[in-house]
Amino acid sequence: MARKVRVLIAKPGLDGHDRGAKVVANALKDAGMEVIYTGLHQTPEMIAESAVQEDVDVVGLSILSGAHMTMFPRVLGLLREKGAADMLVFGGGIIPAEDVEELEKLGVARIFGPGTDTGDIVSFIRDRFPAN
Amino acid sequence: MDRKRYEEAKRRYHETLERCGCREGDFTTVSGFPVRPLYGPDDVEGLDYGEDLGFPGEYPFTRGVYPTMYRGRPWTQRQFSGFGTARDTNGRYHYLLDHGQTGLSVAFDMPTIMGYDSDHERSEGEVGRCGVAIDSLRDMEILFDGIDLGEITTSMTINAPASILLAFYLCAGEKKGTPFEAMGGTIQNDIFKEYIAQKSWIFPPQPSLRIITDILAFCADHVPRWNTISISGYHIREAGSTAVQELAFTLADGFAYVEAGIAAGLDVDRFAPRLSFFFNAHLDFFEEIAKYRAARRIWARRMKEKYGAKDERSLLLRFHTQTAGCTLTAQQPENNIVRTAFQALSAVLGGTQSLHTNSMDETLALPSEKAVRIALRTQQLIAHETGVVNTIDPLAGSYFVESLTNEMEEAAEAYFRKIDELGGVVAAIDRGFFQREIQRSAYEYQKAVERGSKIMVGVNRFQLEDEQIEIPLLRIDPEVERRQIEAVREVRAGRDNDKAARQLELLGVAARGSDNLMPAIIECARCYCTEGEIIDTFKGVFGEYKEPLFI
Repeated sequence: MARKVRVLIAKPGLDGHDRGAKVVANALKDAGMEVIYTGLHQTPEMIAESAVQEDVDVVGLSILSGAHMTMFPRVLGLLREKGAADMLVFGGGIIPAEDVEELEKLGVARIFGPGTDTGDIVSFIRDRFPAN
Repeated sequence: MDRKRYEEAKRRYHETLERCGCREGDFTTVSGFPVRPLYGPDDVEGLDYGEDLGFPGEYPFTRGVYPTMYRGRPWTQRQFSGFGTARDTNGRYHYLLDHGQTGLSVAFDMPTIMGYDSDHERSEGEVGRCGVAIDSLRDMEILFDGIDLGEITTSMTINAPASILLAFYLCAGEKKGTPFEAMGGTIQNDIFKEYIAQKSWIFPPQPSLRIITDILAFCADHVPRWNTISISGYHIREAGSTAVQELAFTLADGFAYVEAGIAAGLDVDRFAPRLSFFFNAHLDFFEEIAKYRAARRIWARRMKEKYGAKDERSLLLRFHTQTAGCTLTAQQPENNIVRTAFQALSAVLGGTQSLHTNSMDETLALPSEKAVRIALRTQQLIAHETGVVNTIDPLAGSYFVESLTNEMEEAAEAYFRKIDELGGVVAAIDRGFFQREIQRSAYEYQKAVERGSKIMVGVNRFQLEDEQIEIPLLRIDPEVERRQIEAVREVRAGRDNDKAARQLELLGVAARGSDNLMPAIIECARCYCTEGEIIDTFKGVFGEYKEPLFI
């Protein structure tokens, strides 16, 4: 049997808004993926470390404090340093359109804003890991 | 109509209803209570005016905590705001006061909420982003520059470090010549809901409760106009709970604080009159109104019967309301003005003491000046144009509203029994009970929206193709962080450092002992110790909280 897609859902930064992260984690789990949740208040270092240790295929970052332009690029950079540049990184939260553009240029595969259907996140991951 | 004719008419009506047929659809409240097509006298059978409702200002206060309600004084229009530096936010406060706002409400940035100074490595990228950055008394002085703290009341949304921000505020007032006892306001200071929902904790429950009971005792003696805990359902609801869970968990938290105060040796009537509440105003209009009315009745009854409160003020559930941020949509954001107006109306019909109305752009960024002005105008429209303030508790006696109020109370009582079985609020938190309940409700709600059984205009129905957002957003200049870091370093460089170190030392001694912590915190504030320094001193004694993890 093919290995299930492994996803790390992570909360970088200091905010405690974990509703979205947990809803997405549950939806991915219900869609048959392996989901690991980091808990709150994670530094980019902690997230990159967990991603590598857990050997995940996908990293989902959720942030609502406005610190995304600091946290997301740092996670991407650390993953690259650890030889995990191929991990698919996506994000969600209160992120203005112009920052979304910038983050996608930097290598975040997609930002899902408020009002996203969890089905869209599932198919976004499925499209990239069709065999799993 | 006599009983026989009533029964006949009722049967006739139900036959007609059956014959005509109702359309298919989800006729439940947002919390999932089934709603019948019609309510009548049978649904409120046994409702006793004196026992269950009472006159406004009379036990059990279902109709309102004051005899005059809005005929005496309208609710306080209190918009929550804060961003950037203290100077930036001071400008917004003057703007809101100039536009008729009647109270202030401070939103702090994440480092302030979590107890880090702006130059701490964990603060990077977070300074001034989702609230105002406050590092020391100096920032608090700037925040209220030109504002009379003896005139205005201020609410501060701060929890784990509430004692410190309260100390900064009191010292800022004192420097302007306003004595502690003349200052009025609120600190949120509700740590239980942090573990349950909002998740901005620092210390474990026991030392957190000690800090809270110290605040209760200190304010009872020295700051009598201060609301010492704002027991909050707002965040529980935003995290995804139903209305019933919000009601039940919030009141359970409130009772647990009362028990903690009594266990700390305080007389219930010495601190309970200064406890206040903070609820969410969500989409389901009548359910929300029933929630507020049930909350007042449950609180009054338990405070009197279980906790033996004698002072009538201990029985009054006074509350602030904020419209539900989680119901705002990024799609067609102007629609949020309308959602917010309905939600605000439910809070007013439910008898709120103060109100924050959300701005239409809050799913996109911090609110712009124009968006926040429209939100404030929404309250002014309700207060001055709709006529709903003319009479008190206008929905009392409505078969539906009274029946729903009873149902909310019963469902909350069932949760109280469950929480008791688990060993009380702290034990239930340790076991993840609240967290799981909320998480389950949030996921169910999301699935209902995705199935289309809960309709959200602009999200799963009536969408626009190729929608362009046409409202201007407030951006926080990255320079803010650099300026704030400089400012906190200047404070540390400019103060008497020996004195500051000595006060921190004394604070540590107080923390290890059992004296009230507030005087030591105030001394630290007076000599410009920073928030981070005070928190670090406490962390050294109290340790830090670790969350139980599950999805």
